[in-house]
Amino acid sequence: MAKVVLPLEVARTFAAGETEHEFAARDVRELMRQLEQRFPGIRARLERGIAVAIDTEIYQDWFVEPIGPDSEVRFLPAIEGG
Amino acid sequence: MGNEENVGKIIDYSGRQFKQIGTRVVRPDGVEKVTGKANFGADFKANGMIYARTVRSPHAHAKIKKINVDKALKLKGVKAVVTGADFPEIDVNDKAVGEVVVSYYDMAHNTIARDKVYYDGHVVAAVAATSADIAEQAARLIEVEYEVLKPVMTAEAALKKNAPVLHKHLFTQGVEPKPDKPSNLAARSQFKLGDIEAGFGQADVVVERTYTTQTVHQGYIEPHACVASITADGMVNVWCSSQGQFMVRAYVAKICGIEISKVKVTPAEIGGGFGGKTVIYLEPLAVALAKKAGRPVKMVMTRDEVLRATGPTSGGSARVKLGAKRDGTIVAGDMELTYEAGAYPGSPVMLGCMTGFAPYDIKNINAVGWDVVVNRPKAAAYRAPGAPVAAFAVESAVDELAEQLGMDPLELRLKNAAVEGTQAPYGVKFGPIGYKETLEAAKNSPQWKAPLGPNQGRGIASGFWFNIGGTSSAEVMVNEDGTVIVATGNPDIGGSRASMALMAAEVLGIPYERIKPLVADTESVPYSMLTGGSRVTFATGKAVIEAAQDAVNDLRRRAAKIWDVDLEQVEWQDGQAVCIESDKHKPLTIANIAAKADKTGGAISGKANINATGAGPGFGTHICDVEVDPETGHVTVLRYTAIQDVGKAIHPSYVEGQLQGGAVQGIGWALNEEYVYSDDGRLLNTGFLDYRIPVASDLPMIDTVLVEVPNPGHPFGVRGVGETPIVPPLAAVANAVSHAIGKRCADLPLSPVRLLSIIDGK
Repeated sequence: MAKVVLPLEVARTFAAGETEHEFAARDVRELMRQLEQRFPGIRARLERGIAVAIDTEIYQDWFVEPIGPDSEVRFLPAIEGG
Repeated sequence: MGNEENVGKIIDYSGRQFKQIGTRVVRPDGVEKVTGKANFGADFKANGMIYARTVRSPHAHAKIKKINVDKALKLKGVKAVVTGADFPEIDVNDKAVGEVVVSYYDMAHNTIARDKVYYDGHVVAAVAATSADIAEQAARLIEVEYEVLKPVMTAEAALKKNAPVLHKHLFTQGVEPKPDKPSNLAARSQFKLGDIEAGFGQADVVVERTYTTQTVHQGYIEPHACVASITADGMVNVWCSSQGQFMVRAYVAKICGIEISKVKVTPAEIGGGFGGKTVIYLEPLAVALAKKAGRPVKMVMTRDEVLRATGPTSGGSARVKLGAKRDGTIVAGDMELTYEAGAYPGSPVMLGCMTGFAPYDIKNINAVGWDVVVNRPKAAAYRAPGAPVAAFAVESAVDELAEQLGMDPLELRLKNAAVEGTQAPYGVKFGPIGYKETLEAAKNSPQWKAPLGPNQGRGIASGFWFNIGGTSSAEVMVNEDGTVIVATGNPDIGGSRASMALMAAEVLGIPYERIKPLVADTESVPYSMLTGGSRVTFATGKAVIEAAQDAVNDLRRRAAKIWDVDLEQVEWQDGQAVCIESDKHKPLTIANIAAKADKTGGAISGKANINATGAGPGFGTHICDVEVDPETGHVTVLRYTAIQDVGKAIHPSYVEGQLQGGAVQGIGWALNEEYVYSDDGRLLNTGFLDYRIPVASDLPMIDTVLVEVPNPGHPFGVRGVGETPIVPPLAAVANAVSHAIGKRCADLPLSPVRLLSIIDGK
């Protein structure tokens, strides 16, 4: 099971404030489906300016990135720059 | 045309000895720039072009009751006037929800006010005429009736009970329960690691202090400028200086209500951006005026306009609390940041929360950020947005902690330095990073060992920036004589043409001088994200490498065809095709193969369209030595060394230039720069005489040390370098001054007046 960590603000709105969850998903697309099933409405929120970090790699434009069984998946604010 | 077999694949160059990467070649655009011949934003001219000026609010906060343009329109030579009513209304919830959230409503209203003005200098109308003088005269004839409102100029004032509320639709995001009333508090963000209370429970020593900084401008020398024209069938052309021609195209299309395919943007040379040209101001006005007038319209800002109404970065306050064990292990870090967003939400406070503690392996962290709207210009990106203010506070606190512990501040940093595997404050574990190596390099630098005299002090500080990748494109086109054009879609701010050409030369195996790098318009190359986020050498460079490899494969195929052998028998070695299984074929150079292109399938090229991932984070450490004149409060920077892990320096001179430029901007931020407003919210220092950025005579040589810990996410090991260098200087300078005077300096800028009051204990 992959450990999935939601941003605090998103967790407060959709997951009763609980930031850490476990999911068995092969990739980000499947994870999003499962997240939406468990927390209706969360997908639309996560598609707004949120990046995905899988272990050490940050994906700003996530889509079907693979998730390992022991991966840590973190949703975090997308990063801009100057 | 090229094939697709290598596009998207990572080419493994680990362990490779580079032949051209890392050399200090002459930049292709250098001579034109230093001889004044390069065309910047204000240099473009079009046939029949007319000139426009803006009408700007003299009030920081007011309702627009009426705008009368009749007198202006009657002036001879005036061709068009626009106000907010000439632009399509955009829904308040219309936002780009891609990589970052962009509010088109705010952008449109910031470009030209509708019912309210939110800061001194907010555009209310624009007028185009046959000369700039007539346009200026006409602008003065436009009558605007205001109902002046009380402004809120600071976060503190904006958050007071009964403070005037800027936006009736602004409800605080990120708090529970959701507020039922609008306020000036736009958003709260928070990042946590571990258990902050338990962390402080383990601490033997705790330091806590609040630090403040002021609004500062990016200070690019070239003011915003553009020319826009529109054909009778609605095709729009924009020529302008920006950090992204595709960004300008998208925003102009949206704000003017035009399809993207009908907007072409041609990038001019850019005289500095530093994040401040990742947004648009004039372009929609010029397009709307050109449409009304039926003539191309040129707009160029004055310095006054640049400072009053474009991109500063947030001033703010930062309360930082650090706890450590007696041996120097930092066990807890707590931070509360409050940033002024300007007139619309979107300060970089969240990024401050994510970056402030990033150089350190701290198990228990709490970082809270508040985004507050005030009656100042809307904050725009500025090199490592949000990070310098947070780093100023954290790095000052680390310095104070070292004093309390009786430890050397460099050794304290070394003891707690983030390394590969350390969990960053935003939760992600770092891959290979070179922070510790920057500290070791600092320890071994001549400056760290140099003696100090009376009234002198030394400061050290570190900083972190994420660096990003993103969408980039590149095309490599082989000319008939074997020379090569490399086309990309990113304006060259810091020498990227040279870097692109070097990377292509390395892959193709031909001399750098035989490659012409081209910054193409929006109709000549596929889409690229803008030049920002320290992404171009990394992401667009990655695209160039892949496109060059694609071209190499095309060249190999042509050689195989010429020799009538299988493709597998052709290798690319040192810029030529070599037949590996037969010595009867003499190697073919690019020129040889290009000369026969017509017979072997037409033009030879390679291309790559990628969304680059794997951007390696950047860490830097700066050392600053100062001397303080106790009589006048004047600070002289005596010596300065900027050290940074840059991955692999493609062109070391331009990497060093990034470190030097960031250090100098940071020194200005620390010592002199600040927006000074009158009580009623008018900006008082609207020129470089009063808004004092450092000049060469103010500074010593900025020494640099490039640490090269390769980024495994890039085939040549590249990390972004452009933003990290502005993160450490604020604290490096403040720590140096604090040591020189023996008192902690927590409020920037350390101008003579402020410093004298600290010295005198006032």
